[in-house]
Amino acid sequence: MTIHLDTFDVGVAALLVLVNAAASLALGLQVHRQLLWSAFRMVVQLLLVGYVLRAVFAASSVPATLGIVALMILAAAREVAVRPRQRLVKGGNFRIGALVVTVSSIVTVALALTTAIRPVPWHDPRYAIPLMGIVLGSVLNSASLGLDSFFEDVRVRRAAIEARLALGATARQALAETVRASIRRGMIPLVNQMSAAGIITLPGIMTGQLLAGMDPLEAAKYQILLLFLLSGAGGIAAAGAVYLAARSVTDERDRLRIDRLQAPAKRRATPSAAPNARPPAVRARAEGKGTPPRVG
Amino acid sequence: MVCRYIAAMLRVRQLMSDYGGPFDLDLERGECVAVLGKSGAGKSVLLRLIADMDPGAGDVSLDGLDRGRCSGPQWRRRVVYQAAEPAWWAPDAAAHFSAGDLVAVRSLLPRLGLAPELLEVDIARLSTGERQRLALVRSLAGRPDVLLLDEPTASLDGASTTAVEALLTERMADGLAVLLVTHSRDQAARMGRRAFDMVDGTLHPS
Repeated sequence: MTIHLDTFDVGVAALLVLVNAAASLALGLQVHRQLLWSAFRMVVQLLLVGYVLRAVFAASSVPATLGIVALMILAAAREVAVRPRQRLVKGGNFRIGALVVTVSSIVTVALALTTAIRPVPWHDPRYAIPLMGIVLGSVLNSASLGLDSFFEDVRVRRAAIEARLALGATARQALAETVRASIRRGMIPLVNQMSAAGIITLPGIMTGQLLAGMDPLEAAKYQILLLFLLSGAGGIAAAGAVYLAARSVTDERDRLRIDRLQAPAKRRATPSAAPNARPPAVRARAEGKGTPPRVG
Repeated sequence: MVCRYIAAMLRVRQLMSDYGGPFDLDLERGECVAVLGKSGAGKSVLLRLIADMDPGAGDVSLDGLDRGRCSGPQWRRRVVYQAAEPAWWAPDAAAHFSAGDLVAVRSLLPRLGLAPELLEVDIARLSTGERQRLALVRSLAGRPDVLLLDEPTASLDGASTTAVEALLTERMADGLAVLLVTHSRDQAARMGRRAFDMVDGTLHPS
């Protein structure tokens, strides 16, 4: 049995946001504007999604479902691309994000739909789309964490990596430790999520299903299945993103191509950050260190 | 055989990148050529380009074998580049050598005034000078044909510098070729038959 919410029910909960905003004003926290704006955004976004999904569910057509799924994948790929503090030149992050997100999410969701859940028809949007959504959330988290960790590590340990290369190590050998550490970093949230599930938190899906009136044991089974799926998808995503990133910052001569990484996104203009603001060519000349782009 | 006799061992022709060059240079077996010049003149650029650490255009060959015909790692095992500030990828010193090299390395360390026990020590606890000498031992461990050294004695005292030069001279007698970037004209004169000045990314005979 589902208890339907009306405007009044939701309005009462919204009062809490207003209380928060008032507290922010009273305490000078300066977050009331963001709080109200993000609350408003959330309401609009979710209602919009509700209307769109209602239409798509009613249509139950393959093209409509695929269209929605494609949009979700694009949004997730973009998120994977922009979250890391460092970017590859020429949209490299987005290419990695798109490939990794597409493969890992479609493989896991297709597996779930054809083996575990088996809705009729198998592409029933009521199952395919929410499943895709939750898998994408996890995938983008793992992939972006893995990427961020990899790029950061390559920059910090650049001299050590190059020292190995200079002695004849292959790029694969020189980057092995960095690759392993970054994949591990991408998978940690999955491990945390699984070990905390049920004891510290009731996972979102399970909570939703309980609120929607499902039997707790059925809800738990669904959640177990989902967490398996998420860990599978997240693992593929983290490993895939890091391997592709490793390929992107090395070349066919097993060189480290740090020139393919843009300078980290600027935060504040501090005096210590100023030298890095110079174009790489000028900097390299000044330091006598070569990391030339292009040619060869 | 005739060809080999005539050919310089390391041959660099019109090697360049956005950061320096074109460079032309010949290095004979057993020879040391010194490169002097101000900081930022492009000395490291030259060494890195020869070692194929950075992309560039031009021809480089070793014993008549074009660099492009072997893989990057194969090339860099024969032509070893040692950066001015040696970097380390593991906490302990011994991890930077292959197990097969350790015996030879242990016997080499005292030549540079380093105790063999140093291999068991955390790299972070070594002094700058110790690390610099250890880096030279690491570069020599794989028995390269050419050594591209970027200021290998910059942080060493007189005695250590002498020990480093003596070891290099000994290896040169066995055929090692050395391209030595240094700030010291005296060292350039002691070690090299020839020297070049690097000015704004180009080499001029000294």
